[in-house]
Amino acid sequence: MEIPTLVGAGLIVIGGGLGLGKIGGAAMEGIARQPEAAGKIQTAMIIIGALLEGLAFGALILGK
Amino acid sequence: MVAKKSINFITVLVFALFSISTYADDGEQKPGNKIDTAEEIKEYIAHHLKDSHDFHFYTHNESGKHYSFPLPVIVWTSNGLKTFMSSEFHHDDSGKVVVDQGDTKLVKLHSKIYELEPGETTVSFDADHHATNAHAVLDFSITKSVVGMLLAGLLMLLAFGALARGYKKGKTIPTGFSRVLEPLVIYVRDEIAKPNIGEKKYRKFMGFLLTVFFFIWILNLLGLTPLGFNVTGQIAVTACLAIFTVIIYLFSGTKDFWGHTLWMPGVPYLLRPILAVIELIGFVVIKPFSLLVRLFANITAGHFVVMSLIALMITLKESFGPVASTGMSLVLALFIMVIEILVAFLQAFIFTMLSSLFIGMAVEEHDDHH
Repeated sequence: MEIPTLVGAGLIVIGGGLGLGKIGGAAMEGIARQPEAAGKIQTAMIIIGALLEGLAFGALILGK
Repeated sequence: MVAKKSINFITVLVFALFSISTYADDGEQKPGNKIDTAEEIKEYIAHHLKDSHDFHFYTHNESGKHYSFPLPVIVWTSNGLKTFMSSEFHHDDSGKVVVDQGDTKLVKLHSKIYELEPGETTVSFDADHHATNAHAVLDFSITKSVVGMLLAGLLMLLAFGALARGYKKGKTIPTGFSRVLEPLVIYVRDEIAKPNIGEKKYRKFMGFLLTVFFFIWILNLLGLTPLGFNVTGQIAVTACLAIFTVIIYLFSGTKDFWGHTLWMPGVPYLLRPILAVIELIGFVVIKPFSLLVRLFANITAGHFVVMSLIALMITLKESFGPVASTGMSLVLALFIMVIEILVAFLQAFIFTMLSSLFIGMAVEEHDDHH
């Protein structure tokens, strides 16, 4: 792998990490405010996380 | 009773399958040659991530002995169908061993089988290490991944067959192993299918969703065993599963779905054709692509990380000593393995969830047109 590829991979990971952090943080806040809705929030969180992950992995695969 | 018998049958089958045979190789690794450890580890991981034509457990470097067993090779060449056992390649993966099948000469190169052009006896390579006088054949071999899929299919057939037979007999409470399966089936129905597809229409798609869920889950878990399966890490397998989902939701799409996709109501007329193109690309290309890449990349990444961590005990041996490096890699690999068990379930769940979400989008009916 050359340096541009590695930098690109790093950028993708930074982006994905920021996104996952936001999702996780918001979900935590939501669960703390409404513990009875924890199940629903978790499911929604996992779906959004998976969509984000698909995007990041897609970029990583294309970059490779 | 039937379940017990079938479990005995599986046990016998598994033991018969995994009775290890050994071969002595004429020795490609010459003792005394300095081996580049990092390079060798990289090669080993790359080899594991790929599909292969035999089950390879390990190679004893000093004696050159391979502990593995062969699988059948079924290829369609320009001279018709050829079948033989992969042991005829003698674990060669660099095109050196030529298998002579009468009128056709075959070589194996990077886990792929090539047919030599007529009249040639050895493979020649160009600068990029591509074969110049051989072409690929249609490969229908029972490879390692195919064995994995057949195994998963057989397990599902036996386990769910027992569950279904129990219900047929009128038992309301399943017994034995079926008791473990029932809550999982109910989970897929109540948490995945019903909320996403809707009460009215979910039944039609339950067969597909349950099959995909358990197929992916079993194969993911099979990948964590030391047998060396990496089935859901093959892009062809995940692509095929994603194509199933696409075909199902495209062919069960309602009038409303196609109306919304091709002629979006509520937006200016000039924008509608553009939106139709975007929506179509989304449903036909992007959604299945993200489905297949997510599963493939997650499992590949998991296998890669676990194997790299296991390799730590070799790479760190010189700087930390054998005990410390082995301990370190053991703890780290165990930690990742536990996460991988979670990921195995999560990926099966996500694939089923998103499949049912897309199906739900396609079968949704609107009472009001915006």
